[in-house]
Amino acid sequence: MGWGRFFRRRHWDEERARELESYLDLETDENLARGMAPDEARAAARRKLGNPTLVREEIYRMNTIGWLETVGQDLRYGGRLLRSNPAFATVAVLSLALGIGANTAIFQIFDAVRLRALPVAEPDRLVEIRIGERRAATGSFTGRRPQLTNPLWERIRAEPRGFDGLFAWGTGRFDLAAGGPARTAQGLWVSGGFFDVLGVRPALGRLITPADDQRGCAAPGAVISHAFWQREFGGDPSVVGRMIRLDGHLFEIVGVTPPGFFGVEVGWGYDVALPVCAEPILSGEQTVLDKQDAWWLAVMGRLASGGSPARTSAELAAISPGIFQQTVSPAYNVEDTKTYLAFRLGAFPAATGVSQLRGRYESPLLLLLAIAGLVLVIACANLANLMLARATAREREIAVRLAIGASRGRIIRQLLAESLLLAGIGAAIGALLAQVLSQALVSFLTTKASGVLVDLQPSGRVLAFTAGLAAFTCLLFGLAPALRATSTAPGAAMQAGGRLTDRRERFGLRRGLVVGQVALSLVLVVGALLFVRSLRNLMTAEAGFRRDGILVVTLTLPSLDAAAERRLARQRELLERLQAVPGVESAAEAEIVPVSGSGWNDRIKVGGVVQATISNVNAVSPGFFQTMGTPLLGGRDFGARDTTSSPRVAIVNEAFALQLLGQANPIGRIFQIQQRPGSPEPTYEVVGLVRNSKYRDLRESFAPIAFLALAQDPAALDQYMQVMVRARGPIVGLGSAIERAMAEADPGISITLQPFAEQIRQSLLRERLMATLSGFFGLLAGLLATIGLYGMMSYMVTRRRREIGIRMALGADRPAVVAMVMREAAVLLSVGLALGTVLASMAARAARALLFGLGPGDPNTLVMAVLALAGVAALASYLPAKRAAGVEPTLALREQ
Amino acid sequence: MPKRGTPPLQEDMLQGTLDLLVLKTLSVGPAHGHAIAHLIERRSEEVLQVEHGSLYPALHRLEDRGWIASFWGTSENNRRARYYRLTPGGRKKLVEQTSRWREIVSAMERVLEPAPE
Repeated sequence: MGWGRFFRRRHWDEERARELESYLDLETDENLARGMAPDEARAAARRKLGNPTLVREEIYRMNTIGWLETVGQDLRYGGRLLRSNPAFATVAVLSLALGIGANTAIFQIFDAVRLRALPVAEPDRLVEIRIGERRAATGSFTGRRPQLTNPLWERIRAEPRGFDGLFAWGTGRFDLAAGGPARTAQGLWVSGGFFDVLGVRPALGRLITPADDQRGCAAPGAVISHAFWQREFGGDPSVVGRMIRLDGHLFEIVGVTPPGFFGVEVGWGYDVALPVCAEPILSGEQTVLDKQDAWWLAVMGRLASGGSPARTSAELAAISPGIFQQTVSPAYNVEDTKTYLAFRLGAFPAATGVSQLRGRYESPLLLLLAIAGLVLVIACANLANLMLARATAREREIAVRLAIGASRGRIIRQLLAESLLLAGIGAAIGALLAQVLSQALVSFLTTKASGVLVDLQPSGRVLAFTAGLAAFTCLLFGLAPALRATSTAPGAAMQAGGRLTDRRERFGLRRGLVVGQVALSLVLVVGALLFVRSLRNLMTAEAGFRRDGILVVTLTLPSLDAAAERRLARQRELLERLQAVPGVESAAEAEIVPVSGSGWNDRIKVGGVVQATISNVNAVSPGFFQTMGTPLLGGRDFGARDTTSSPRVAIVNEAFALQLLGQANPIGRIFQIQQRPGSPEPTYEVVGLVRNSKYRDLRESFAPIAFLALAQDPAALDQYMQVMVRARGPIVGLGSAIERAMAEADPGISITLQPFAEQIRQSLLRERLMATLSGFFGLLAGLLATIGLYGMMSYMVTRRRREIGIRMALGADRPAVVAMVMREAAVLLSVGLALGTVLASMAARAARALLFGLGPGDPNTLVMAVLALAGVAALASYLPAKRAAGVEPTLALREQ
Repeated sequence: MPKRGTPPLQEDMLQGTLDLLVLKTLSVGPAHGHAIAHLIERRSEEVLQVEHGSLYPALHRLEDRGWIASFWGTSENNRRARYYRLTPGGRKKLVEQTSRWREIVSAMERVLEPAPE
């Protein structure tokens, strides 16, 4: 039967009606011709035709697709029922939509970050070549994936085995502006084979080739991304051949990559790609091209067809000793060299690219996926309960239909169609909701400094996931009530309405569902509280410095004075200018901005002995502690007397004093910082003691820090100056004053501003994400469980009206009835909470790594969650209990 | 409406054959439902009575299979009527069905003939 006919069956029916009508006319004419009277002629024609409706029905049936027609009927009937019960429909659809929407949103992000293959040719053959176990490499690490050094890359490139191609890449940032406020572009360093091995074709112009990436390249071309081309050049097709300024150097744009290509790092796009050989042009004397301890590149390769990562790994391991032997840094001491020589290269599958996001967000996303899954389970239990209640209410209707000949299958099909309708509507709204939610999530994860670029197009996989969820949900909450409703013998069901009390087991499944809901929602509420309290602990934890009213100012100087003394004078002058800006309370330079994620640590020698504890190190200018609000506990701050010619001095924190110097008052003690072999190891005298403060991030516990005087180490001064500026009043508006002051000093200075508090907030992104989402889900779960309990209790009260009436007629007073109902609720609640407590303490262990300042089994949290849930649930069951107590015995008994 | 001594064949006996009869009737030229019934009855000398209750579903089925096509026309006495005509596919089907029918008839004949001793 053709679908065309099915959808036009009404039209066909009308055609047939007209045809039969025309038959009657013809037959009547014939009868008239035979001499019949007009009335008789018509009647005879009708008799001859028989029942026209029957004919039409038969043809109509031929036009329809049987099951589809009944499904259509069932859906229409279900739709009518839902419309007639809007409260039920709203609760059902909303809880489903929220459950499915949340799941899809989180899965969408998970898919984009974790599962999807790179949009390049044959991603399955891509492998990343890196050191398998790289625990203690030393040196400088720059970029987002500092896996290898350039000397290592050059050796690996020279020995290609089992590869169709190899390439190296690294990340960087380029300033597009010619001085003034910096305009940052995401940079990509690529080796010559990068685009060719990935199989990327240019959208415009040409891409970087091995010919471009030759040592000492003088005027290499730059390739820009499609997004950058659109953003910066408005998609101008004549962009090829134009010049672009990167960190003050001009490069010619040679081509544009196609849209959708973002490099090999999921979560980050790139704006401009330069060949690796161009690195010395930007870095000048600080080039890392030949530094054996500068880690800034990552290497990927395309396996030759038939190659496997395991075999390639074995081959790489075999050639590793030679490669590392040739590239060991002369700056390494004995231990470092030993570690370095023990490294082995391996090949690791990289079809889905690499990602920093992945490492940071994989377990939170998995956890959130699990939480969202639980919310969906609770929503389903709620729906199952609602459906059960409805099915019970419709038992008589179903019994009547069974009695007059409906088949069991037909009725189950109809009840299923209703659930399908609910699931369909829920999934549709959920899919819409998911788009909004995942966009919101991505913008939540995006910070000013790091544009998270995740391709969130709803893929087939996500759609399949939603559809699967909807179907599963539909089966889950549709089938159980449907089976129950039809397993009752019609006769019994017809009589049941007159029965005094309901059979106990009738409530069994529903009680189970309520208990399960309470238990699961307790798990989620506990989880939410753990994350929210962790975040609160982090926000309020003693950090050892002020968070508000401080601006982090990063200056990039246009040129570097050759003489160290001149650099010092220049930076001091800029600092003084900053201090003189109106509204600035104080300003101090720091090599490392606290909790920015960067760090510098070294081994300390006390009395000539290298200590086991490694200390954090920072170099700061005078006034740093005052600016940061870190109390000076003893001794003095750095000052003008600390110069290159005066004895080296240091200020240490309490942890340094106790752990490395072994005493609370370290003033006057001396220590050395272990240097590379052959370098002098100056002796530092401790002149001050400061309160402990956080160094790398807020989650760490206080560790030793040695603060050195920036003025005594001018060789460390480079192009960059990081200044902490403390505002006298609000920091709003201070930025433009600072920009003006710096432009006056030197228009070539590039400047970036960020409130310190903002930087801290961004460093807590993961924690905020977990707290916000799990809080939302916990609330949702608690709400759903409360609705479930309320529904269960009201239903029970309604069913037992007569019984309650009799009890009251026999002398039970209202408080006794309330107590009876509340007791029922209390039993369900306490079983659920007990079960939930066990589940929660098991589940919380999965979150241990994401907590701060409290353990997964934190008793306070558990008590708070139990009390909160019990309170709300008691309220939810008190309302039906009150209604039960309001039963008028005479009325209740007279019913039926 | 049986009028003769020979009782008309039962409708269910005609199940498969009604299609063949309709196709054959239409092979002469287009006709409307009323005329098709009349033609079949006349040519079978009233032995085959066409139930209208089954004629129209049969026409619908044949049209659905693409063996006949329909259009609205005007009957000989100026009534609007739905006409059916044979399609090329229907013509092929008619040839097939006819030979199949002949096979069945001769097979029946052979069975029904008195067995030679």
